[in-house]
Formats: sequence, C-alpha cells, structure tokens
Amino acid sequence: MSVTTSPRPSYDEKVAAAVGSGDAPAGAGGVSTSLTFGWRALLKIKHVPEQLLDVTMFPLMFILMFTYVFGGAIMGSPDGYLPYVVPGILVQTVVMITMYTAMTINNDIQKGVFDRIRALPVWRPSLLVGALLGDTLRYTMASVVILGVSLLMGYRAPGGVTGVVLAVLLLLAFCFSLSWLWTLLGLRLRTPESVMGVSMTVLFPLTFISNVFVPKESMPGWLQGVVTVNPVTHLVDATRGFMDGSPDMGAVATVLVMSGALVAVFGPLTMYVYNRKS
Amino acid sequence: MLQDSQPAGRRPGGEGQLAVETVGLVKTFGDNRAVDGIDLSIGQGGVHAVLGPNGAGKTTAIRVLATLIRPDGGTARVLGHDVVAEPARVRSLVSMTGQFASLDEDLTGQENLVLLGRLYGFSRQRAKERAHELLEAFDLSEAAGRQVKRYSGGMRRRIDIAGSIVVRPQLMFLDEPTTGLDPRSRNQVWAIVRALVAAGTTVVLTTQYLEEADQLADRITVIDHGRIIAEGTSGELKASVGSGAFHLRVADAGQRTTAADLLAARFGTEASLSSDPYALSFRLEDPSDVPAALLDLTGRGIGVAEYSMGQPNLDEVFLALTGHSTEESETPTASEDAGADEQKEVPVR
Repeated sequence: MSVTTSPRPSYDEKVAAAVGSGDAPAGAGGVSTSLTFGWRALLKIKHVPEQLLDVTMFPLMFILMFTYVFGGAIMGSPDGYLPYVVPGILVQTVVMITMYTAMTINNDIQKGVFDRIRALPVWRPSLLVGALLGDTLRYTMASVVILGVSLLMGYRAPGGVTGVVLAVLLLLAFCFSLSWLWTLLGLRLRTPESVMGVSMTVLFPLTFISNVFVPKESMPGWLQGVVTVNPVTHLVDATRGFMDGSPDMGAVATVLVMSGALVAVFGPLTMYVYNRKS
Repeated sequence: MLQDSQPAGRRPGGEGQLAVETVGLVKTFGDNRAVDGIDLSIGQGGVHAVLGPNGAGKTTAIRVLATLIRPDGGTARVLGHDVVAEPARVRSLVSMTGQFASLDEDLTGQENLVLLGRLYGFSRQRAKERAHELLEAFDLSEAAGRQVKRYSGGMRRRIDIAGSIVVRPQLMFLDEPTTGLDPRSRNQVWAIVRALVAAGTTVVLTTQYLEEADQLADRITVIDHGRIIAEGTSGELKASVGSGAFHLRVADAGQRTTAADLLAARFGTEASLSSDPYALSFRLEDPSDVPAALLDLTGRGIGVAEYSMGQPNLDEVFLALTGHSTEESETPTASEDAGADEQKEVPVR
C-alpha cells in the first residue's frame, strides 16, 4: 500500500508560512499604545460585564439608602438632604472605585500578562496610562448613574448642566491622579485580596471623615481638624460649589494642586517600581 | 537585516554577533542565589536548550535576558545590546513566552493577537489579518472567538507562542514550552519551533526533558543550583552517561535469572531486576552489543516478549554529571548505577 500525500498544506507548512511572514512594522507611538491598552479595558468590560456592578449598583444603593434612611435625621427630610448629599455621594463613590485600578494591575501580575507586556518594545507607562483611561470611563459611568438617579429623585442642580459637567471633570482629574497611588500599591502588594484590604483601610476613613455626608460643624472639634485637612473635603467643597452654582475657586485650585502633586510623586515612584519589578 | 542572520551565525562564538553572551551573571532573591555566576555564549541561528531540574535557575536566567528582571552581578548582552543599559533595544529584537500563559484570559484569542499587533504598530487592518493568519496556521481558527480562559492546555500554549511571533523576533525565549502538554500538543509546539528556526529566528528554550533538548537543540547547556555544569551537543552529553539502558521482558518468568546472567556477561554491567517478574534492564556501554545479546538469548531458547533501548533520562545525566540526582540528594542514590562516578569527565566549561 502506498501512501498518497494530500495536496492540502500540512500543519507544518502552514506554520512555516505564518511564522515566516511576521515582518516588523515601524513601531507604535506612546499615545497609540496607551489607547490600545484602553481598548483592552473596554474589551474586558464587554467580556466580563459583571465588573460593572460596582460602578452601577453600588452608587445606586448608596444614593437611595443615604437619602431615604439618613436624610430625615440629618436635614429634616430626604428632599432637604438631597442637594447636600448628591455631590458628596458622587465624590465618595468615584473615589472609592479608584482602588479597582490596583486590583486590575495586580491581577495582570498574577496572571503573567504583565511579563508579556513588559517585554514588549512599547513606551513603558502606556500599560498604566491605558488602564487609567479605561478606569476613567468607569468613573464616568458611575457619575452618570448617580446623576441620573438623583435627577429621578427630584434633584435639580442649581449650577445647571455646566456646573455639573465641570464638577464631574474636576472629579475625574482628581481620581485619575489618585489612581497612581493605586498603581503603586497594585505593583507592590502580593495578592488582589491584600490590595482590597489595604485600599479599604485607606478609603473608608478618607471618604467618611469628611464633609461627604454631614457638615463638619456637627462633629467634635478634634475630628473637625482631621476633616479640614482631608483632601476629599476640598474635593467635595469644589464639587458642591460647581453643582450649587457658587464655584469655590479656592477649593478648585487646592484640588488641582493636589492632583498635580499626586501624579508628580506617585507617577515616578510607580514607574520606578514597574521597571524594577521582579 | 534579516537575511544574513542564519548561516553566518551558526558557528557559536564566531565573528558574527552572538545571540546571547553573559559573563558571571548573578541574580539573587534574598539568600537564594538563583543564578550564581553563569557564563553563556550562544551563537545566532538554531536552537539552544537550557536543561535543568526545577529550581535550577533556568527561568530566572531567561527573565534576566528578556529584560524582565535586572541582574545583581555580571553582564548580559543580547544580540550585542546590554540588557541593563539598552533594555528597549533588546525588547525590540526578542520575544519571550513564559512558562505560564501570559495572554489576557478574559479576551478571545483573536482579540489578544490583534491587541499585540496594534502594540507592535500594525494598522487595525493589518493586525486583524496577521491574527487571522496565525490562528489559521496554529489550528486555532475555531477557537478564535473564544475567551482564552476556556482554551485547553495545548491551545493555550499555541496561542501564547502565536502572541510572541505576531512580529517574528530575531531571538525568541521559550520557557519550558512543552511542560504539561500531551504528546500531540508537544509535537505541534516542536513544529512551531522548527519553523521559527527555519525562518531565521534563534530560539533559546528551557526544558526539564532531555528528550526535548535532544529533538530540538543544536547545543545544550545543563545548569544546576544556578551554575553551568556542562555544555555541549546532546551526543556529547549522552556520551558522558553511557548510551542509556537496555530493557527486556522475557516470555517466561522462570527464565529471568538465566537471562540476567547471560546478558550481564555480554554487557559487562549488572542486571537490575524490577518488581515485574518478567522484566530486567541493564546499563548499556555500547549499543552495538545488543544484536549479539539477542542472539545469546535465542541460542539458549529464552523467549523475548519485548525489548527496548532507552535514552538516558535527565536524572541519569544529572547523576553522572553531579553525583546527585535531580531530587537534590547530596550523595548518589544507592542504586545499581554504581558506575556513575567514573563518568564524571564531561565537557564542563
């Protein structure tokens, strides 16, 4: 019996053809690779939509619970509390979800994706910048959910659409900057669980010991001191200012300076750790 | 740029640019000297295998060369570029496929390849074409739209390697490319490695399997405890352990003792008898004794059910080279392999 060879290309031949034709293109710029990593974040949302729970369900629960459970006790009625608490919840929710930046990076390290990406000839910060771009989209979604729900609950911002848009933009700028702290944490800590633990320990006091839910005047004197130096307080002041139609430019300036400082300190630190990670 | 890389660089250490050159490379993790003074020089073209047991320092060495971690001592140059001083140059010439899948598990195979193509600078259209071409060639077309986390082991390894050659690198590091794969998947990976070499890529792979190094590699470096203990072709290494083993099963268990005596005389080594009452095996110094040995058996009316000649395995090579097995024992295991100690003179560099 003779063996006839089929004219169909064999596995080996197909492989040889495909392997041989991978000539190098000119290379991609930093903006392009950052956007590509941002696209990756979008694809992940498409494939794992469950991850959007924290930017949709949590803000929804927070705004409903705080307004209707505590509103009456804090300011006489839920309706009276709404104008005060909406900017607060907006800030609190978005600041809280910045920690997912750390989770994402940490997951990439655990799964080995990180090694592949670091071995690529691309502008090194682009993985982080791309991830942050994706996260910024998530922050925007959370903001839209909160603002949409509060609109349904009867909230009308005195600052109008312009005030609300400016408030959200400032919030996004701050959160993008704060995320560099989380990228550093994501690189340094060993497991996603420890990332969760540490970031909760930082974020809970940071958002609650502030003027997010109640005016600081209702707190004991020593605590007021803490509230006054808390960056979140300044962020809430600036956000409320825009949304109430009485912009607090001092608070806005403070927030912008803090944002710049966060990037200036944690950006280089993150890159230092990123480049030396073993 | 691509054309002259293959034949000219074949001679290791020739005038051509070396693919890898390290001098006294050291990498420590706390007290553990994972890489403890390695001098490598690997020429361009072909496959170079780094062979060693788990924990020998293979992966660490490869990670240093792929610029993923910095060495603590010594120097390492890849295709003429220092890994510490010019990591970006090195990254543009090499790619690395790690031991564990390193693509985004949440994304589909197709999306992963397009993503990598875009990162290398392909246009959207070209990145899609390239992804399609690779998926097709690696028998992954059907799984193109499936998330990588739902791939089988063999598919994952192939998509991983595909990711590393979206742009064909000049030098490719493969860390234990076939560990844990079934024979068919292993053969597919080997075919990919051979195709890469034929296309002009130099491949440096780590492995725990002597057979793999034997099948693929032009030269083999054996490392243990972060040091090089031998280097040479697979023939040279095997010569250091004798030619392997002769395994026999007799047709009648009652004849095993007779067969053992007969063959011990022929081969000049002791029989080792396993718990299987039909089986016996010998260390083989010279494979050409085998036909005569079989004639001896038939001449005495001993029926042979089956026989085989096995290659020495990594453990035997290690025993011969280091006096200890891959299991880290300090002294040679008290086995029948009493001759192992005399076999120590090997091409140690």
